[in-house]
Amino acid sequence: MATVSTNEFKNGLKFLMDGQPCTITDNTIVQPGKGQAFNRVKYRNLITGRVLEKTFKSGEKVEAADVMDTELQYLYNDGEFWHFMDAESFEQYQASEAAVADISKFLVEQDMCVVTLWNGDPISVTPPKQVTLEVVDTDPGLKGDTAGTGGKPATLSTGAVVQVPLFVQIGEMVIVNTEKGEYVSRAK
Amino acid sequence: MTKFERLKKRSQFLHDLRAFFYERAVIEVDTPILSQAATPDLHLRSLRTTLQIPGEGLKDYYLHTSPEYPMKRLLCEGVEDCFYLGKVFRDSDLSPRHQIEFSMLEWYRLGFDLQQLIDEVVALIQARLSGSETLCDDVEQLTYRETFTKYAQIDDICSATAANCREVLLIHKVPEIVGVELDDKVLWEQLVLTEVIEPQLGKSGICVINDFPARDAALARVSTDNPQCAQRFEVFVKGMELANGYYELADANEYRQRFEASLAMRKEQGLPPVVLDENLLADLEQKGLPDCSGVALGVDRLFALQQGLEDISEGIAFGIKDA
Repeated sequence: MATVSTNEFKNGLKFLMDGQPCTITDNTIVQPGKGQAFNRVKYRNLITGRVLEKTFKSGEKVEAADVMDTELQYLYNDGEFWHFMDAESFEQYQASEAAVADISKFLVEQDMCVVTLWNGDPISVTPPKQVTLEVVDTDPGLKGDTAGTGGKPATLSTGAVVQVPLFVQIGEMVIVNTEKGEYVSRAK
Repeated sequence: MTKFERLKKRSQFLHDLRAFFYERAVIEVDTPILSQAATPDLHLRSLRTTLQIPGEGLKDYYLHTSPEYPMKRLLCEGVEDCFYLGKVFRDSDLSPRHQIEFSMLEWYRLGFDLQQLIDEVVALIQARLSGSETLCDDVEQLTYRETFTKYAQIDDICSATAANCREVLLIHKVPEIVGVELDDKVLWEQLVLTEVIEPQLGKSGICVINDFPARDAALARVSTDNPQCAQRFEVFVKGMELANGYYELADANEYRQRFEASLAMRKEQGLPPVVLDENLLADLEQKGLPDCSGVALGVDRLFALQQGLEDISEGIAFGIKDA
C-alpha cells in the first residue's frame, strides 16, 4: 500500500486513518525553530463526515487512500441500493443508504452527480447544486397571491419537504438548492 | 486597506526600526546572503544555489538562515554595536507565521548582559506596537521552569517525566499526537510548550522566557552558576515567538564542539551534512569575539501584530506562492 509522508500533506489529500478514508481540510506546520517540526492536521472522515484533529511528528507516514471523485449519472433506486452509471464506460455502481443518507431526497433520475469512490465503491454522493422537482403535495393557499410573501411546506416527488412561497401549487415544477435544501424558484 | 496603503505602513515601519538603532549609535551592516558555509542546526534547512565563479567553475553556496556568522566575524574584526535588517531563508517553513523567505532584524550589543538586551528588545517592540490593537504595556518575565509551573501546572519540568507531560496534554484537550515515542521526554516537553503553553503567552502584553535548558543553548553561553541553564531568552506576543536572544558564546573550541555535535546528530537522523563556517571558527580563535549579547527578531511577525494581520504574508509584497 502506498504511503504519504507529512511533507506531502495538503488540503484535499486522501489518507487512511483507523482503516477509514479521510481527507485533509487543514494542515499547519508547527516549526518551533529550536525543535522538532510537527503538522497540525484537521481532517474529515469521508464515511462519517466527522472532522477530527491530530498532530503528526513531521516525517511520519500515513497510508494513502484510493479515493477519487467521479461524475456519474443517477439511474434508479431499487429499494435497497441507489444505482449510478459512468456515462462513457457504462460501468454501473451501487451506493448504499449510508453513502446517500442526507441527499437521497435530491436524487433525480438522469442527473449527473459527483460520486466519491473508495476502492471503487461509492462512499458519498453530491447531487447537482440545483435540482428540479415536482410538487406533489402542498396547501392550495390563496389564489392570486403572487407577491410571494410568507411560505408553506411542500412535499416534492422525491419525498423532500421544502418551504415554498404561497403561490406554488401542486403539479408545478420547482428548482431546489440541494446544499441548503431551499426553494430557489419555479421552473419554467 | 489597499495593498499600497499597507506597503506604505510597512515602509514607515522599516524606517522606524532603523531609526531606533541610529538613535543608539548602532550601525547597519548588510552582511552577505550567500555563504560557502551553512548552519549545522538540526532544525534549520538552508537553501543552496550554484555559483559560477570565474577561474573556479561551479561552486555551491548556501543562502543564510540568519546573519549570525558574518555579524560575529565583523565583531571579531572590531566592528562594534551593529544590526542587520533584511531577508533570510529557511526552507520548508510555510504557515501563517512562516515564510521561506522572510525579514529578520538581528542585532549585537557589546558589553550587554542578557537582561540589558531583554530590556532593549522589549523597548523596541513596545515602540512599534504602542497605539496598535496588540497589547504591549505589561511585561511578564519568567524562567523556563516558572513558565511550565504557571501555564502547564508542572512544578519542576526538569524532573517531570514523559508521562507527566502527556497527562498535561490530555488535560488541556490537545489533539492526539502521532509518531512520538511514549518515553521521549524531550519531545513531549516540547509539545507541552508549543501546544499548551505558547498559545497562552503574551495575551495581554509581552512575555519573556529565559533560562532555557542547556540542551537548547544553541550558541548561547551556559550559566556559570547553573550548568543546567542556557543564557537564552525568547519573547512572545499573542502566543507567537517574536525574538530569540543569547548571551553569546565566545569560546572558539566550544563553538567547534557544538557544531560537530550538531553535524553528528544530522548524520544520525539522516539529514544532509553541511559545510561548517571555518572562517567564523578561525576569527573566533584568532581574533576573539568580544563580550556581547545578540538577538534575532521576526520582522514580518512584528509588522503583522502591529497591523492586526492573521497571516504574515498579508504584510509583505508577495508571499512565496505568488513570488
